[in-house]
Amino acid sequence: MLESFNFLVILEYLPLFGQGMIATAWISAVSTFGALLVGIVSCMMRLSPVSLLRILAGAYIEFIRSTPLLAQLYFFYFGLPTLGIRLNEYQTGILALSLNSGAYIAEIIRAGVQSIPWGLIEAAMASGLGYFQRIRYIVLPQAIGVTIPPLLGQTIVLVKDSALLSLISVMELTRAGQLMNSERFMPAEGFFTTALCYLILYHLLKAFSTWWQKRLIFRPA
Amino acid sequence: MFGYYLSSLIRAFPFFLKGLWMTIEVSALSLMIGTVIGFVVGIARNARIPVLHSVLGIYIDFMRGTPFLVQVFIVFFIFPEWGLQLDAFSASILSLSIYAGAYISEIVSGGLDIIPGGQIEAASASGLNWFQRMVHVVMPQAMRPILPPLVGQYVLLIKDSSVVSVIGLTDVTRVGWLTVQRIPEGLMVFGLVGVLYFVICYPLIHLSNAFEKRLRLQEFKLG
Repeated sequence: MLESFNFLVILEYLPLFGQGMIATAWISAVSTFGALLVGIVSCMMRLSPVSLLRILAGAYIEFIRSTPLLAQLYFFYFGLPTLGIRLNEYQTGILALSLNSGAYIAEIIRAGVQSIPWGLIEAAMASGLGYFQRIRYIVLPQAIGVTIPPLLGQTIVLVKDSALLSLISVMELTRAGQLMNSERFMPAEGFFTTALCYLILYHLLKAFSTWWQKRLIFRPA
Repeated sequence: MFGYYLSSLIRAFPFFLKGLWMTIEVSALSLMIGTVIGFVVGIARNARIPVLHSVLGIYIDFMRGTPFLVQVFIVFFIFPEWGLQLDAFSASILSLSIYAGAYISEIVSGGLDIIPGGQIEAASASGLNWFQRMVHVVMPQAMRPILPPLVGQYVLLIKDSSVVSVIGLTDVTRVGWLTVQRIPEGLMVFGLVGVLYFVICYPLIHLSNAFEKRLRLQEFKLG
């Protein structure tokens, strides 16, 4: 099956894969950061007392969750230029990834926030804390602990989803495999190397997630 | 100009419906095959037979650790090298099924974990064989925690089926991609594609939520 597997070619393309891995890592990191911002804002909107904000955030979250990322990516890639907004492929990709993951993160944070007993919020109000002080000192410190594991899960999903960016010709890991396939006609070498690189990233993130969860359980009181 | 594009998009609408049908067809077929794979692998993995357990673990790990796009490329470009010629349709179904199967097997094996060992022992002591134990004792209870995430996984499957458009399957995403080459109104074209996906996925997400709510109510009543 793999008797014709050519490791020399992989060695030759290794710099390209290294480059792709770095690109995937930084694109994912920037998008995760963007998604966190989007997620926090849309979660605050979703839980706000103003019904217009609630409806807007709800519509955004439901629509993102019910449509595929690829359609969203094409929506921005082909759609933004018609509005006169010119972004390069990297910016478009990061925008789409952030808005996509942001909707999922908003739901994760909402679950975390709603796990806080209402009595604590009432006590904070009674102590005279304002809205942002309540969020900063009461809600976030408790919500972050329970939301970190699902957030890391979402980050793993985001890293894998970033592969779709290769379809709008962003130079990242999957693109490296595609290039190797089209330049040397070696799909096995190209795509298995790509898969291996993703597996490395996946296991790094998963190990971090496990470590964090253990820390959460065995934290000294 | 906008009116002209709008009218040509309306004229192209039958193609979108055709694409939507292709999406439904591919998703439904791979959903069924994936569920079968998932249940078989999940039950086999839960049995904890030494070698089989780790082999299936590698399969699940590979599927969960690599992007679906890369898996599609592997099936479509590498399998022919190994003598398995596939057209776009069967390559899509194959890759979607083995991908969904890995995730479903994790759901199934997690659901089986909640059955207390004492029940299995009691069932064996009553003379039920393995198959009878599964059908009459294990599955009726395990299905309750399995069902909500299973439906959620189906939603993911339908959404992920958009990725197979890159190997030339004319599903609704590819119809959008082909249309946008002639009608350069990306927002309109992919807005329509989004609405079509929304129509299928949104009810399913709510079905999953409803199952989950019912599960919690039942636990409340039992507990």
